[in-house]
Amino acid sequence: MAFEPREEQKELKYDELRIYSDEELNNYTDEELKDFKCKHEIPDVDELEKGPWPSFVADTKREALHRKKLSNDRMLIDADVAEDLLGQLQVSFDDGETHWKHGGIVGVFGYGGGVIGRYSDLQEQFPSVAHFHTMRVNQPNSKYYNTDYLRSICDLWEYRGSGLLNMHGSTGDIVFLGTTTEQLEPVFYELGHVLQQDLGGSGSNLRTPSCCLGKSRCEWSCIDTQDMCYELTHYYQDELHRPAFPYKFKFKFDGCPNGCVASIARSDMSYIGTWKDDIRIDQEAVQAYIGGEIPPNGGAHAGKDWGKFDIEKEVINLCPTGCMWMEDGKLMIDDRECTRCMHCINVMPRALRPGTDTGCSILFGAKAPILEGAQMATLTIPFVKCEAPYENIKDIVEKVWDWWMEEGKNRERLGELIQRFGIPKFLEMLELPPMPQMVTEPRSNPYIFWKSEDVPGGFERDINAYRAKHKR
Amino acid sequence: MALSTERLGLFNPEKPMENRLTDLGPRHFWQYFPPIIQNNYGKWKYHEILEPGVLVHVSETGDKVFTVRCGGCRFMSVEHIREMCEIADKYCEGYLRFTTRNNIEFMTDSHEKMEALKKDLQGRKHVTGSYKFPIGGTGAGITNIVHTQGFLHCHTPATDASSMVKAVLDDLFEYFQGMTLPAQVRISMACCLNMCGAVHCSDIALLGYHRKPPVIDHEVMDKLCEIPLVIAACPTGAISPAKTEDGKKTVKIKDERCMFCGNCYTMCMAVPLADKEGDGVTILAGGKISNRITPPEFSKVVVPWLPNEFPRYPDVCAHVKRIVETYAAGANKYERIGDWAKRIGWERFFEKCDLPFSDHLIDDYRLQYDTYRTTTQFKYTEAAWAVSRAAGGIE
Repeated sequence: MAFEPREEQKELKYDELRIYSDEELNNYTDEELKDFKCKHEIPDVDELEKGPWPSFVADTKREALHRKKLSNDRMLIDADVAEDLLGQLQVSFDDGETHWKHGGIVGVFGYGGGVIGRYSDLQEQFPSVAHFHTMRVNQPNSKYYNTDYLRSICDLWEYRGSGLLNMHGSTGDIVFLGTTTEQLEPVFYELGHVLQQDLGGSGSNLRTPSCCLGKSRCEWSCIDTQDMCYELTHYYQDELHRPAFPYKFKFKFDGCPNGCVASIARSDMSYIGTWKDDIRIDQEAVQAYIGGEIPPNGGAHAGKDWGKFDIEKEVINLCPTGCMWMEDGKLMIDDRECTRCMHCINVMPRALRPGTDTGCSILFGAKAPILEGAQMATLTIPFVKCEAPYENIKDIVEKVWDWWMEEGKNRERLGELIQRFGIPKFLEMLELPPMPQMVTEPRSNPYIFWKSEDVPGGFERDINAYRAKHKR
Repeated sequence: MALSTERLGLFNPEKPMENRLTDLGPRHFWQYFPPIIQNNYGKWKYHEILEPGVLVHVSETGDKVFTVRCGGCRFMSVEHIREMCEIADKYCEGYLRFTTRNNIEFMTDSHEKMEALKKDLQGRKHVTGSYKFPIGGTGAGITNIVHTQGFLHCHTPATDASSMVKAVLDDLFEYFQGMTLPAQVRISMACCLNMCGAVHCSDIALLGYHRKPPVIDHEVMDKLCEIPLVIAACPTGAISPAKTEDGKKTVKIKDERCMFCGNCYTMCMAVPLADKEGDGVTILAGGKISNRITPPEFSKVVVPWLPNEFPRYPDVCAHVKRIVETYAAGANKYERIGDWAKRIGWERFFEKCDLPFSDHLIDDYRLQYDTYRTTTQFKYTEAAWAVSRAAGGIE
């Protein structure tokens, strides 16, 4: 099955888009790189070129040399920007403190997010990073690329920016690091008009949603993570670009409870693929695992001798609900008792597969510790069918946003608001009944907030009628 | 239309709203799936890790996609991306992808091409010796460390990110290229409590932390900040309004109430926290995201503070390595660090990892009661004898 974009996609051909010639792109040799010396003394930064792990310093120097050898009229940001960045890093090491100033309000017209102002506080010493703004670019969902696209953004960012970037930021965006205020609008125009590509979110708005690689290359995904992510990102462009929320709001889409994009820990609204029928069992493959013909856990433990695979010890006894057993040489599962933790499926991927009646669970309110402490997302909706264009999910999203915008305090995340009001209030707003699955256990204090309508006769009482029976 | 080389490109500052294209969103993902991925979308049957960093996914159609996973720095240059493109053009029909943990994945549709790709990747090194594309990061090992901006781009860090990640991964490189651990160990790094990296559910989390209350820039406080917002930003109510001797509006801070979260600084540039002596690194352990066997779990503070030893953080590296190796020696197959610590008891975790236990590690914030131990079940460790001695209970 192929997925269709909402709008026709302009085909991007690097050869038609490119700024730099092959000579310009290949303008230095390894010998020159070996001899290259940063214009600043950076002994501690240089130290980070040693060791096996890829050195960001070695890479930055490569960019520095490349820019140095480009003709000056072939870049709109200073050629030595990479060298100044390394120089400032050394001074930061020396001083034990950062040298980036606090904030700075810059942006592109009509958007309240996507651009973050950044200025050096050592502008005389490192003039090329005096203005070093960030632009967040909304990544294609699950971060597959072709080289035409990547080479094109490389030329764009080398020409109008520092040539340095993050692939990717924590939220998921491509993060362009370092350009001047003057170049913000031109970069935005090039992205939109030439590359048909938008910025991502920042500030108190919908942040750039992200997802795991889903069904594109994983046998466990229960939902079309990319398609859901794409549809909701496009549908809520206004919320993404124009901050109108109390604080940030994140959507993340995990295809299964393994949770590879960590939606349960870091999204206000977490979608996690699941199923409601039975785990599919291939009994022959179960025997192959028992017989040692297939390595357990996809070979993940091959680096150490853990002994012969033992299905009792490694699968059945580790099942958190104890809902598996062997009977007449067959693996049995009481699916009604299964909580879909994925362990058995992870260990025996060729024998066990998630069911085929799939959808997602929706959890709300995860966030990092600022301010009230970290929160994990709370299971609220056990199962939702996920079919494009996901109208049922959009309805839920909008109810939640309306409530949060109405009741939320400035810089209060959804999870904190739920805690302040309590789950019962949250459910009332969502028009959902409660279920025991929303809590790990029922309350141990009896301080129930009964309402007047819960009690026969209500809360209005006559003290005189009471006193008629009970003397003072 | 080619990319423009005009100084302002297509933007006309005289008419800034002219031809403005907005709300385009991201480009559509489908065009970036290589043919093997398009053809087998939703049909994958199973996968296997052939060796560290090399995966094969097998489709119901019989197709196989071979993936080579490489570690990388999330902070990179366009030169590096161009090199990736050259590799992808040569072996992968011009496609590649990045993972959530900043690894780079090259995919091919045959074993033969995968072997050639692997050989090519292994041979690529920076002129100063580090790998450009180390292969690994799969299975029961340590994959790439997700991290934040640090001194390279952030205004609030209490430490640097890229350098610490480089130092720690140099130290743990064998675990990136191996699969010898009881389960995967996810390490994350955030350079301040804002945790752009959301490190709070990692097997091991490295967190930059300030230890001195903000220093107040009275000169500019009223000019540059909304004083009520600064006051409201403090979760412990440590900030209150004040006036300078010459009558300027400003704030004062009750130092003993400050928990060094930096939320006030996020709201106001006139209260910086950064300080060379004050700032350092906190280590947390035992968190996870996955629902496998046990529910997701927050990481817990196991080392309250270590100094910022730029650029290689030997003390941080040594602590991380010690935790990883103690875990590797003691945990059961499939057991994550947090599951192992829970099974043996946190008292045993501290003893085995040879980590001192100080009062800093006992929660005294909002949900502290959840962590109090209210049972007679405990294990005797040196820390327990020390308390018994101090209480006069034993000699």
